[in-house]
Amino acid sequence: MTARQNRSIGRDLIGIGAIVVAATIGYLLFPDNLALLTRIIAIGLLVLSLDLVTGYCGVATLGHAALFGSGAYAAGIAAAHYGITDPLLMTFAGILGGALAGLICGVVILRAHGLPQLVLSISLIYLFHEFANKASSWTGGSDGLSGISPDPLFGTFEFDLWGQTAYVFGVVLLLAVFTLLRLLVRSPFGMLCRGIKEDPLRIMAMGASPKVALIKMYVISGAVAGVGGALNAISTQVVGLDSLSFTQSAESLVMLVLGGTGSLFGALTGTIVFMLFEDYVSAANPFHWLTMVGALLIAVVLFAPKGLYGTAAAFIARRREKRT
Amino acid sequence: MSAVFDVLNLKKAFSGLAVTNDVSLSMAPGDRVALIGPNGAGKTTFVNLVTGNLRPDSGEVRLNGETVTKIDAIGRVRRGLVRSFQVTRLFQDMTPAEHVALAILQRDGRSGKMFGNFLSMPDVMEEASALLGKLGLRDLMHRKVSEIAYGQQRLLEIAVALALKPKVLLLDEPAAGVPQSDTGRIEQALADLPPDLAVLMIEHDMDLVFRFAKRVIVLAAGTIIFDGSPADVTKDAAVREAYLGSYANASHAA
Repeated sequence: MTARQNRSIGRDLIGIGAIVVAATIGYLLFPDNLALLTRIIAIGLLVLSLDLVTGYCGVATLGHAALFGSGAYAAGIAAAHYGITDPLLMTFAGILGGALAGLICGVVILRAHGLPQLVLSISLIYLFHEFANKASSWTGGSDGLSGISPDPLFGTFEFDLWGQTAYVFGVVLLLAVFTLLRLLVRSPFGMLCRGIKEDPLRIMAMGASPKVALIKMYVISGAVAGVGGALNAISTQVVGLDSLSFTQSAESLVMLVLGGTGSLFGALTGTIVFMLFEDYVSAANPFHWLTMVGALLIAVVLFAPKGLYGTAAAFIARRREKRT
Repeated sequence: MSAVFDVLNLKKAFSGLAVTNDVSLSMAPGDRVALIGPNGAGKTTFVNLVTGNLRPDSGEVRLNGETVTKIDAIGRVRRGLVRSFQVTRLFQDMTPAEHVALAILQRDGRSGKMFGNFLSMPDVMEEASALLGKLGLRDLMHRKVSEIAYGQQRLLEIAVALALKPKVLLLDEPAAGVPQSDTGRIEQALADLPPDLAVLMIEHDMDLVFRFAKRVIVLAAGTIIFDGSPADVTKDAAVREAYLGSYANASHAA
């Protein structure tokens, strides 16, 4: 085993450790607000999923909540209409729903580049939203899909009002997804995707098809977003149209940029900072909190264009270089 | 030896103007051919037609006897027709080791693997470091491309092409933009290309052409006006006329 490999495995372990520590601190600081923390994890999975296509592959999209919402509805419909109330099976339904939505969105969005690509993604999220709205016998339409009551996890741990089970379930899902994605981005396939982001023509001159690779990545991204959607459906026991909204898509892009694109840590950092900040300032100043969120974003984009995590990582790397 | 690469009566016109006009040529394994011609002669169009980035109006391209005219650029690479770029197209954030490993994995159909890392694939690492070592890039193999010199990037461009194990290699001005002090390395790399590889080099630098090529093809106004030995090319009247004397004079001076 080379020193390089040891270093990257070390960073994996640090990442897993950081998630566990952050989750524990969250649990100790906000024992009465575990629902918020669980929602942060669900949205964090959406932002990770967005990072896969935007940060690692360079696809521009403002419709990524389509994948998240599809996962949420798939898990919710499985429970409400088919009596599949085992949380693990519901998560699996969410993965399938998200992956299928990823395939559909990928095939459409990847037909274009740049601005037309962005427009296609916006059209898609509105179509998904409208479809869910119209298919109200399945989705509950604008009232939301209710009647989701997941079984206790492994038959023992109930999804109760305090949300402890949901929170721990969420943390475990996040750790599993994070570990798999760390392996993915370092794999030959991950390397191929990074190449596609920089220069698709060069990749073609190597005999690889950027299109096929990107569609694969979209399906994986859909599965990840689907886990987040399913977690949301299981923990809140309701799925609303807002999970399939343009606003949710745009916010997740904002969180990704805030944390730093092209890095799994960046995606998670952005989600945590954005959602905690939003929660805090909306409570402290219900009238001007959106102004403050806007000011924070402008400050980050102007002074830390690589995002909070990206800028910090670059700073540490520079320091380390100076020392050697 | 039988031909590995054939171009038959290739034609392409843009809005009525014939840019490639009835071009035919044939190459055998081990051939070292230089394609030269004044600016606007249609060299770039010819390369794009051959690689499959452009569709010809008529004519055929054959690789190893197989007609590939209707096969796209990716399919032609997979059949052994590989090109390098005039302006290096490398991934700035990646290392030389990653470039070559990606090419090796792609060649072997392993670039879709979602687990594992090339650093822990001994066969890939061995091949990559041997190839980079031959081109004098082994010490830099884990540096980012954005941190290495331009001449070394040009060598890496050749390394990536070679990692694909081509049968026919198109080199588009391999020494363009390289400082005089570094051209020696590139010439050495060209001299060390695998002996059974058919190489077609597009080049402006006549010194390099004369040292490298055993055969020179001159393209002017979309047609081949000369196909023969380097010794004869400067004596050819049509070639002199096409260049209005500029290269002929330059080579006299040299």
